[in-house]
Amino acid sequence: MIEFDCRLARPDFKLDVAFSAGQGVTALFGPSGSGKSTVIRLIAGLERPDDGRIVADDAVLADTAAGIVLPPHRRRIGLVFQDAQLFPHLSVRANLTYGRWFTPRRERAVPFDDVVQVLGIDRLLDRRPATLSGGERQRVAIGRALLASPRLLLMDEPLASLDDARKREILPFIEHLRDAFRIPIVYVSHAVDEVARLAGHVVRLEAGRVAAAGPASEILAPTSLSTASRFEAVSILTATVERYDPAFAVTILDHPAGRIILPGHLGGTAMEPTPTGLGPGSPATSQAGAMTGKPTDRTASSPPGALVRLSIRATNVTLAVGRPSNLSIRTALTGTVVHIATDDGPFALATIALRGGDRLTAYITRLAAAELGLDTGDEVHALIKAVSLDERMVPGLQIPSE
Amino acid sequence: MPELTPEEWTAVALSLRIAAVATLASLPFAIAVAHLLARRDFPGKTLVDGLVHLPLVLPPVVTGYLLLLLFGKRGPLGAFLADFGIVFSFRWTGAALACAVMGFPLMVRAIRLSFEAVDRRLEAAAGTLGAGPFAVFATVTLPLALPGVLVGAILCFAKALGEFGATITFVSNIPGETQTLSAAIYTFTQIPGGDAGALRLTVVAVVIALGALVLSEWLQRRASRRVAVYA
Repeated sequence: MIEFDCRLARPDFKLDVAFSAGQGVTALFGPSGSGKSTVIRLIAGLERPDDGRIVADDAVLADTAAGIVLPPHRRRIGLVFQDAQLFPHLSVRANLTYGRWFTPRRERAVPFDDVVQVLGIDRLLDRRPATLSGGERQRVAIGRALLASPRLLLMDEPLASLDDARKREILPFIEHLRDAFRIPIVYVSHAVDEVARLAGHVVRLEAGRVAAAGPASEILAPTSLSTASRFEAVSILTATVERYDPAFAVTILDHPAGRIILPGHLGGTAMEPTPTGLGPGSPATSQAGAMTGKPTDRTASSPPGALVRLSIRATNVTLAVGRPSNLSIRTALTGTVVHIATDDGPFALATIALRGGDRLTAYITRLAAAELGLDTGDEVHALIKAVSLDERMVPGLQIPSE
Repeated sequence: MPELTPEEWTAVALSLRIAAVATLASLPFAIAVAHLLARRDFPGKTLVDGLVHLPLVLPPVVTGYLLLLLFGKRGPLGAFLADFGIVFSFRWTGAALACAVMGFPLMVRAIRLSFEAVDRRLEAAAGTLGAGPFAVFATVTLPLALPGVLVGAILCFAKALGEFGATITFVSNIPGETQTLSAAIYTFTQIPGGDAGALRLTVVAVVIALGALVLSEWLQRRASRRVAVYA
């Protein structure tokens, strides 16, 4: 649990941000220069607020009114840097155990073996950081931060310096971490895919201020018709695994609004079945065995009935009035138009309340909206091409060719 | 090659002892000053920096004379330290002090550069892992700067072996007490028939210098292999 409320003025930059974050992953999301990294540095104690208050787990880290600003080493806040920052003169093992030297014995809550197992770094322990790949380094850096048993784990664009393949290698580990250890994570990113996949709660920053904060499914929904944000807008749907169809190598998901087809089949890191699992403090980690993590489950196949979270880009949704036929698209979700935003530009942004409650947004042209006569209250079918869903970004999905 | 006389051996051994003591005794101070200059901003930093570098630009004889004024029997520091039984003037310890002062700027420069080359984000990482300022220094900064510290120490040692002007001005040229290798060679050149002795000691000086260079190269390579940087 963290409460943050700080102001900072620099000649070229002003920050005035307040938010709170609970269990699970809270994403700080926004364009570069919006102040995400500064917030992280303020929490870690690497930067001093002009005035403000930061409280983590009932410990006051900074309170300028009371004259308190703790130095980084007294805060017990873990920080994973963009580029690992492993100690080059120490072995992987010594890097991992570095923080333990400074953690009082009774506060060492994170077992070494569990971290090594969850992160899959057991075979790297005697190596030097210089001999590791970028993805391995980042995993060790995450482990090192965790093993100091922090109150809070900060991750400052931990995947930004990695290529797509390495990103896909690390994401499941971060996901597993979120579910296996009861340490809240504040995750900084400007990549909407990562945020949609990991975070339950999102704080959107713009120019040093909080533009919006709330559940990921609300905050990641598009807010404007501007061209720049068009490709960033995603909706998040929660669906149940119905079955895997080996004949066509697709997974069929069940959603109250209709069937969703996904390429590939699901592995084991899908979320534990939870009510909706999206809000902060959702009990995704409260299942039995949370601390031990059961990393070996990673390769097991996820059973029918498991919940998965899908992020669907608003630009990939087609709207149809009346049930379409003779289309290659197999996924058609039914719902009601609740809002259509337009301006003088080419686009219209439709928000659809799907049957079952999830909200889906779709970018269409203003022309299409006019010619269809689309209006609030209309019943529509939202069509989603299965091939446009990035199955690599769905937790636990195993791509058939790999 | 003719054998060295006992007096010549004494001069060689004395030189090595003075250089070693000068280097080892000033190393902790050099590390502290270098760290201060590399990592802290404080009022008067330029002045400290200038004072440290002064022996590098002053004529050695001037440095030696200043030491004589300060640490001589009637000098303010010399009189104070004499109360504690520490005497520098006309002793080999004084020669070590002169050598340390002359080698200090070289040592501080090398160590400061290597401190500045240590990535501050690594120090920040250590801080977030719970390490206080001293622990960060001892476990991250110093080990990573070790090759530079070794270079600084060897530079100081080499400078101390060759020091002449400040030493002879401060503690004179007393055989067996303050007559170093350089001073002994100088003495040989001042007396008729001293050429052979001067030549013998010159050969020794060359051998020691070469040996120090080879040793420093070897130590550095070992240290930088341990402190492997990211590929």
